[in-house]
Amino acid sequence: MSPRTTTPQEVFLRGVWRENPVLIQLLGLCPALAVTNTVANSLAMGLATFFVLLGSSILVSLFKDLIPKEVRISAYILIIATFVTIADLVLNAVVPEIHKALGAFIALIVVNCMILGRQEAFASKQPLGRAVLDAMGTGVGFIIALLLMGTLREVLGYGSFLGIALFGPGFEPWIIMILPAGGFFALGFILLGFGWWTERKAQQPKGRRWMNEVTDAAAPPSGEAS
Amino acid sequence: MTDLLWILISAMLVNNFTLMLFLGLCPFMGVSSRVGTALRMGGANIFVLTITSLVASFLNAYILPWAPYLRLISFIVVIASLVQIVETVIKKVSPKLFRELGIFLPLITTNCAILGLAIFQTNKGYDALEGLFYAVGGGLGLTLALVLMASIREQTELVSVPAMARGMGLVLILAGSLSLAFMGFAGLFSS
Repeated sequence: MSPRTTTPQEVFLRGVWRENPVLIQLLGLCPALAVTNTVANSLAMGLATFFVLLGSSILVSLFKDLIPKEVRISAYILIIATFVTIADLVLNAVVPEIHKALGAFIALIVVNCMILGRQEAFASKQPLGRAVLDAMGTGVGFIIALLLMGTLREVLGYGSFLGIALFGPGFEPWIIMILPAGGFFALGFILLGFGWWTERKAQQPKGRRWMNEVTDAAAPPSGEAS
Repeated sequence: MTDLLWILISAMLVNNFTLMLFLGLCPFMGVSSRVGTALRMGGANIFVLTITSLVASFLNAYILPWAPYLRLISFIVVIASLVQIVETVIKKVSPKLFRELGIFLPLITTNCAILGLAIFQTNKGYDALEGLFYAVGGGLGLTLALVLMASIREQTELVSVPAMARGMGLVLILAGSLSLAFMGFAGLFSS
């Protein structure tokens, strides 16, 4: 086993932000775009995916020495499909309305490449504790991304948050945000925002503030007079 | 007959798998930078979709009535092994085709369009023939979306794009615009 180069905190936080599955790695886009038209749907989808990811990471990490290399992908998919079936049945029993709204997309958690990716890249090579941390980090990152999309789309598309109207009756809802096209646009604009931010950061050289202070101090007093 | 035709057109244009139902987005984002590659990927998809549809109809008719809770698991296992078999057969029969499709076939297993087709087809209650038309229509729609996207992306490489839009942000905005355009096809059915 390779030497541990990351601390447990890093394993957890990596998935939440720096390697966010949706916003940075663009994995698991199907559910991220398809069911995020309201906050409630996003939350249900996020929690279901979190549960499946955590459950399969635990099982894969526990059985990693028993699963033969040649059939590992099929084995992972079987484990994932089992947990998705559990999530599907539980959602149907507990929140039938949301289950109906999410429809086939709950079953499609199976082919969410983010989950299979974490099994192949991490859980199958790491001890249980770290696999759990990684799954939780990635799952939380996924929930954050979905909530971000869901909030943006519900607030603009329905003028509400979790079904509570935010604006007065004068608000004209942006219908496009709840249509399929709105999903593409919402994520597109979030990514454009990220691009703008990184670009701006890259243009500011490190320690620029300190440099400014120095130049300010060194500037001739005539600048003050003008 | 007209019913079958409408199923095909509906799956291809009105409920386009990629742009309206968000199925198969991974290849849509991943292999849509060249038109030639997009076409081959689309072809491979149509092929696998057609076989999947037949197998799903068979499972639905003869096996799953006795064990409905096994639906998802049996679908995914069948699809994964099917893709594996197809890959082996193509490798044996036509090495040239295999070289062209090679990398794409394994990717198709985790393509949500394939499993999505099997599930939607079941939910809609299509029989084997209707399912076949649904699969071909869906596959053609996927190919259409892939090729459209690839042709646009080939053009965007030649123009100067603002630094912040380099990468996936631009692709998603383009996809959104395509999706808007495809919404126009919804009018086909209202008349």
